[in-house]
Amino acid sequence: MVTLIHKLCLSAALLMLPALSHAQTAAEAVVDKGDVAWMMTATLLVLFMAMPGLGLFYGGMVRARNMLSVLMQVSIVFCLIALLWVVYGYSVAFTESTPYFGSLSKLFLSGVTIDSLADTFTDGVKLPEFVFVAFQCTFAGLTCALIVGSLAERVRFAALLVFAVIWFTFSYLPIAHMVWGPGGMLAEDGALDFAGGTVVHINAGVAGLVGAWMLGKRIGYGRDNLAPHSLPLTLVGAAILWVGWFGFNAGSNLEATSGAALAAVNTLFATAAATVSWTFGEWFFKGKPSMLGAASGAIAGLVAITPACGSVGVMGGIVIGLVAGLVCLWGVNGLKRMLGADDSLDVFGVHGVGGIVGAILTGVFSAPGLGGTGGADYAIGGQLWIQVFSVLVTIVWSAVVAFIAFKVADLLVGLRVSEDEEREGLDITTHGETAYHR
Amino acid sequence: MKLITAIIKPFKLDEVREALSGIGVQGVTVTEVKGFGRQKGHTELYRGAEYVVDFLPKVKLEAAVVDELVDQAVEAIENMARTGKIGDGKIFVFDLEQVVRIRTGETGATAI
Repeated sequence: MVTLIHKLCLSAALLMLPALSHAQTAAEAVVDKGDVAWMMTATLLVLFMAMPGLGLFYGGMVRARNMLSVLMQVSIVFCLIALLWVVYGYSVAFTESTPYFGSLSKLFLSGVTIDSLADTFTDGVKLPEFVFVAFQCTFAGLTCALIVGSLAERVRFAALLVFAVIWFTFSYLPIAHMVWGPGGMLAEDGALDFAGGTVVHINAGVAGLVGAWMLGKRIGYGRDNLAPHSLPLTLVGAAILWVGWFGFNAGSNLEATSGAALAAVNTLFATAAATVSWTFGEWFFKGKPSMLGAASGAIAGLVAITPACGSVGVMGGIVIGLVAGLVCLWGVNGLKRMLGADDSLDVFGVHGVGGIVGAILTGVFSAPGLGGTGGADYAIGGQLWIQVFSVLVTIVWSAVVAFIAFKVADLLVGLRVSEDEEREGLDITTHGETAYHR
Repeated sequence: MKLITAIIKPFKLDEVREALSGIGVQGVTVTEVKGFGRQKGHTELYRGAEYVVDFLPKVKLEAAVVDELVDQAVEAIENMARTGKIGDGKIFVFDLEQVVRIRTGETGATAI
């Protein structure tokens, strides 16, 4: 009890006397057990999103002959990127060097020990650096795994891994650094991206679209029955993603405080709103409300609220969800036809489009007059421009890097499997296994 | 001896089976099949991808029947499988050249 009062007084003193924080030493840093416990939990939740959440969400939507290939692609990309994260990824994303790229000062986690501390958004409140390393690692792995959706049912496994390494290094890391890292260009501009609308969703969505274009359409696309083999699994995956996303969004607060609570409630209500708007939109425009639509709507809402969850109010979040549900419904229908690529599992239509909607609306609904947490001097127009700019930077950067990465993978191992392998199914031809024995 | 093959609507299987049992046809082989005749399929929509599914699930019944029971068997199947709507199915009767009971080695009509 005495220790708690001591800590509260210390925090209060630090908050009320900003000048004092500059003279702060490591001895005054506070590590709160609640924050550590929460952040470790959040890390687990995001891992769960990737394995098996995303695997099942995607896997249920492909044909049975490709189920295992999707599970493998998601899982192995995640694990491979996790390893690269501790080799150089964390260093490049979260140390200071240039506005676009960090340094290699923490290569192989050099200097990071059990006693090392990482900053939170509150002066003086720290986390064990290992917790921050692990939490951010799951983001990197998940982002790269998302791209699998656009390439499903025809990408060569080896090519995917080559692509993932290159794209992670030259697109994920720089954009993560620019938005969240010390000295990052977009962070310095004041871009609002709480949990990664740009870093994760637009980044992955655009890369997926480029990949889908370069791969070409699946054999039988538009003619044969390529229908999902297990929509129940897709819903299970979507539900796991929703639950896990609380770690993704609320964990991005880095502390177990009211900021996390705001992110959490937004994650709940915006998602419900998007599920409803997609469902009703589909009911109205297509005739029947589908379960796949409902699951997709939920994900669209989650994606859209990702950049906004820490700075918009609940009503603003609900509006963002309602809009995202409808815009992404268009994204996987009309827009998809316009773009002409076979983005198998609609990574661009949901993550790309949802991320863009969310990033832009974050600029609107963070305004204090609309329930957001922006300060009294918040200017919607100015912030909107910064948001749009960060969206454009992400789109262009990701697209260019993705193009080069896919090209290199193609030259090294060939991007697509042979026609015979594609017809027979990737499970048996690439992985030597069958998911279901009929 | 004849082999009667009938394609019927799946939910009619139990009634047809019981009727055949009633007239003395003891053994039946059942397979789940897909097919279409004049009955239209349906359209499935998965996000933007629309698929027209022509094939409808049906059940195929096969029974080896002695000549004396053929007409009754066909009538039993016909009456129990009929709903009056398109898609009720068809019955085919084939000549059966040989039948063997594997357990005992009996052949011919006694093997049915």
